[in-house]
Parts: sequence; structure tokens; C-alpha cells
Amino acid sequence: MLLGPSLGLSAILFAIGVAGVLIRRNAIVLFMCIELMLNAVNLSFIALARYHGMSGQVMVFFVMTVAAAEAAVGLAIILALFRHRESVDLKDANVLQG
Amino acid sequence: MMVEIVFYVFAATAILSALMCITQRNPIASAFWLISTMLALAGIFVLLEAHFIAAVQVLVYAGAIMVLFLFVIMLLNLSGRVSDIRGRLSWVVATVIAVALTASLIGLRAYTPERLAQEVTGSLQITPDVAFQSGDLARAAAESRGVIGVFAEPLFGTYLVPFEITGLLLLTAIVGAVVLAKRRL
Repeated sequence: MLLGPSLGLSAILFAIGVAGVLIRRNAIVLFMCIELMLNAVNLSFIALARYHGMSGQVMVFFVMTVAAAEAAVGLAIILALFRHRESVDLKDANVLQG
Repeated sequence: MMVEIVFYVFAATAILSALMCITQRNPIASAFWLISTMLALAGIFVLLEAHFIAAVQVLVYAGAIMVLFLFVIMLLNLSGRVSDIRGRLSWVVATVIAVALTASLIGLRAYTPERLAQEVTGSLQITPDVAFQSGDLARAAAESRGVIGVFAEPLFGTYLVPFEITGLLLLTAIVGAVVLAKRRL
């Protein structure tokens, strides 16, 4: 019976991802923390799909595709940011700050 | 019992690697710890009878996406000489939020297939065997049709339109990435 432990592990990994977003300033590491959160959610999808049917696994497939697209566009934005600021530190990305 | 032991080994690996990932100063070290997390999760996916997703996790996540991250880190020459980790206040806030989140979600640890069956059908006496036709639905279907066939049928049947839209999304992402990253068109 791995359903409960899997959901628990998923919760812990998601919380670690949230903590990572809060303590880091490097835009690339922030993206990696978001990938970690997506992975945590994937785990709960897979755990429930084992009993509830294959739809959960199909959903994980879509999440992975969206994550790949998001990583490609996000890293391109980070490259553009680096070209303007010579830094990927979020404290340097403050043009829109009031 | 053996499965539980393997599961907890993978789970401990995943949690430790995730913690190392968010606390390492060097982005490359962070990326490698994240890859370790993803590989441990792929092992757990195998234990949960999702073999195809486990393979895709290794190929697409640990392979393609993380290589993309490593390329960008090395391209920008980020070595972590200057720490990007925020000050003590952020640590406190992050710890409090993470602990609160874990505390509110960790109750799911007691979740059982019986409770899932009851919540899905709304009937208190039902067992998972009745609610989901066969107890381990994924395993039973995979034994008769193979892992890929079981996965492909809903993907190209019920979810055909979302699948096509995903293709469109990937095209948009390719065009967007080229437009954003190119110095001048």
C-alpha cells in the first residue's frame, strides 16, 4: 500500500520546492525549484492513477510537456535578462519595481 | 515488505537530494542534486506501476530538461562564487511556510485505497476492488495489453484534443525561445 506514503512524500517535496523559491535569488535555481514542485505533483498523480485509472498518467505526460516548454521559454528569458544586466540575480531585475 | 523498503530508500534519497538542491550555493551542484531527486522519483514511479512514465522521467526530465539547465548555467558561467541565498529573515519565513505546508498536507500519509474508493463513489461500504473494477487497475491492464498500449489508448482517444494542443504549445515554445534568445532577428 504505497498510496499514502507516496502522497506524503509528494507533500514534503512540494514544501521543499516552495522553501527553495523563498530562499534563493538566482533565477535559474528558482526555475529548478519550480521543476521540483512539478515533480512532486506528478508523484501524487501517479500514486492515484494506480487505483483510479490511466488518466492520471496521461496528465503527468502533459505536465512534463508543459514543463519542457516552460523551461525552454524561461531559460530564454533568463538569457535575455543576463544580456541586459550581466546577472541572473533577481535583485538586479528591478526595472518594474515601484 | 520488500517494496516498502525500496520505496523508503528512494523517498529518503529524494528528500535529501531536494534539500541539498535548494541549499547548495553552486547552481551546477544544485542541478545535479535535482537530477538525483528526479532519478529517485523515477524509481518510485516504477514501484507505482507507471513504467512508461518512469522511462520518460529519466529521458525527458533528468535528460533533456536538466541538460538544458546545465547548458544555460555553463553558458552564463555561473559558478556560485557570490552566494545567491537570501538572509536570515527569508530562511525563517521559508522554514515556517514549508513546515506549515507539510503539516497541513502530511495527513495524506494516512490515505488508503479504501478511502479513495469511498470518496470517489460516495458509498461508505465499498471496497477498492469493486470501485475500480480490479484492485491494481494499472497492473491488471498492463498484464493484458502491455505498458505502452494501456497508456496510449486514453492519450490518443479521450485526450486526443489536449494532445494536439500540447503539440501547438511546444511549437509556440520553440518560436518563443528563438525570438527571446536571439540577439536580433
